[in-house]
Amino acid sequence: MILVVLDHDGNKLRKASLEALTRARKLAEALGEGVAGVLLAEGQAPVEEARGYVETLYVAELGPYTAEKWAAGILEAAKAGVKAIVAPSSRQSRTYMGRVAYALKAGLLEDTLESWAEGSEVYATRYAYLNRVTQKVKSAPPVVLTVKPNTTPLAEPLGQVGQVVALPIPPVSSVEVLERVQEEKKGVSLTEADVVVTGGRGMGGSEAFKQVEELAALLGGAVGATRAVVDAGWRPYSEQVGQTGKTVQPSLYIALGVSGAVQHLAGMNKSKYIVAVNKDPEAPIFKHADYGIVGDVHQVLPALIQAVKKLKD
Amino acid sequence: MKFVAVIRQVPDGESRLRIQGDRVDLSGATLILDQMDEYGVEEALRLKEKHGGEAIVVGFGPERTEEAIRTALAMGMDRGIHVVYEGYADPVTVAEALAPILKEESPTLILTGGQQADWDSQALGGALAEALDVPVVAWTTALELEGETARAKHDLDEGAEWVRVRLPAVFTTQQGLNEPRYPTLPGIMKAKKKEIKKVAFQGASRVEILQESIQEKTRLQKILDGKDPVAAAEELVRLLHEEAKVI
Ligand SMILES: Cc1cc2nc3c(=O)[nH]c(=O)nc-3n(C[C@H](O)[C@H](O)[C@H](O)COP(=O)(O)OP(=O)(O)OC[C@H]3O[C@@H](n4cnc5c(N)ncnc54)[C@H](O)[C@@H]3O)c2cc1C
Repeated sequence: MILVVLDHDGNKLRKASLEALTRARKLAEALGEGVAGVLLAEGQAPVEEARGYVETLYVAELGPYTAEKWAAGILEAAKAGVKAIVAPSSRQSRTYMGRVAYALKAGLLEDTLESWAEGSEVYATRYAYLNRVTQKVKSAPPVVLTVKPNTTPLAEPLGQVGQVVALPIPPVSSVEVLERVQEEKKGVSLTEADVVVTGGRGMGGSEAFKQVEELAALLGGAVGATRAVVDAGWRPYSEQVGQTGKTVQPSLYIALGVSGAVQHLAGMNKSKYIVAVNKDPEAPIFKHADYGIVGDVHQVLPALIQAVKKLKD
Repeated sequence: MKFVAVIRQVPDGESRLRIQGDRVDLSGATLILDQMDEYGVEEALRLKEKHGGEAIVVGFGPERTEEAIRTALAMGMDRGIHVVYEGYADPVTVAEALAPILKEESPTLILTGGQQADWDSQALGGALAEALDVPVVAWTTALELEGETARAKHDLDEGAEWVRVRLPAVFTTQQGLNEPRYPTLPGIMKAKKKEIKKVAFQGASRVEILQESIQEKTRLQKILDGKDPVAAAEELVRLLHEEAKVI
């Protein structure tokens, strides 16, 4: 069996789950296995939608996320025996899949760009060295694999409905969630956006981000931020791009008042086109840019907004 | 109380990487204590300063990893343990190597980096926690001890949360947890005399690296002068529309 962890937003499956399903089916076909899904996330689980994609759907109401509970839930579903477990790559999955991989003594293939099976072995490609190197890796089953979002076509429903199996709730409770600090979500999701407009410390303050939002909205994109901006409290952490933030790979990445530190580059250096606006012509970001303007962002950004509006008319 | 920081030595993000025979060659790179692990070392030191006890650094990797262990000792860690292993090892294998040592030390808590700067893995915390059968809190930005438990704040994909967790537990670090101190000269002198226990590890990685390549995308580097911001902005938008065709 190939087991897929299906992430959802309390209402429907996330796009990243449909990518994971595509990967799981590919492995299933090559290894002569069936595909089962597992739904764990909190809220109203989209059981009807999910069962359209798999032969068997395991469902558990686990309450708030903890790595321990999620790992226990997945291991419960995997009891029937698995060749591979596939999950969309996220901060959480890359933690709980570490637990799952250890418990199964499995080969862990993290944040993979592609994956396939040859003979009885599973192969994948992934980035390493702060996104600077592409690795080709392999492991014999069982493997535990996470799928980098935006790398894979979305799966179509099967045209039949899978059987639903309720999982027992694992008796683990060593982490108690005391308080959620929810961040307001607006517009396109950062990791899925095709255009990302990021502001750095050069923006000068949170007020100036209204214009970053405006440009992002005009281009149908999402707002990103550097760590310096997040630390200053100008933008929420969920918008941070970089080594310790999110990794994005849009067609167009616009960096406004961003110096281009390696830890920031690690989150965006695979973007198709990189644009930089910085008043310092020596800023490292220009070495990594396709297009750029040396200038004051407070003058250039309003002009950019006008120029895009003009183009759209 | 006993606080353990698990560390590795990695190439500095600024240093040049070369490929030699399908694999990354680090011989020309500057190697450092992983900056994400540095947060773990700093936190272990702060916890010890506040609550007393011992702060231990455990390093995994080839002989040269001793340099990174010495850096942690120079920052103030009390003693070091070095699990010597040449080559690549996946996080499950690293956790297998470290588990017996950590079980024997039986620490109050264990800290390690949120992501490795060489293998880009985020899984060591989870794998270690499973190996020790303890909880894990990933991407920790605040940590306080409260008797048998700890209160911690940590990042999720969207937002953050406060949790109370039973100890012992594993915490992976995140930027913002603290500001790591620099080793002082007396610290460096003292570190030379501190004990580093060597342990050999014979296990084999389950995941094998077959090939590594660097595809640095060559960038166009068309940089415009922004003295006339309106003209520069219009030209940029034209290039993005007509040449790059991304808007
Ligand atoms: C372990 C570790 C992990 C990290 N992870 C991340 C991460 O995930 N993401 C991240 O972003 N950083 C990360 N960092 C921090 C990183 O090293 C940098 O400190 C950070 O990216 C700098 O942000 P910045 O470019 O906004 O600010 P700065 O470096 O302060 O740069 C501001 C830039 O704006 C320009 N500027 C100023 N005023 C103007 C103006 N009026 N008009 C135009 N330009 C102007 C300046 O010339 C400068 O280049 C990490 C660091 C460590 C040690």
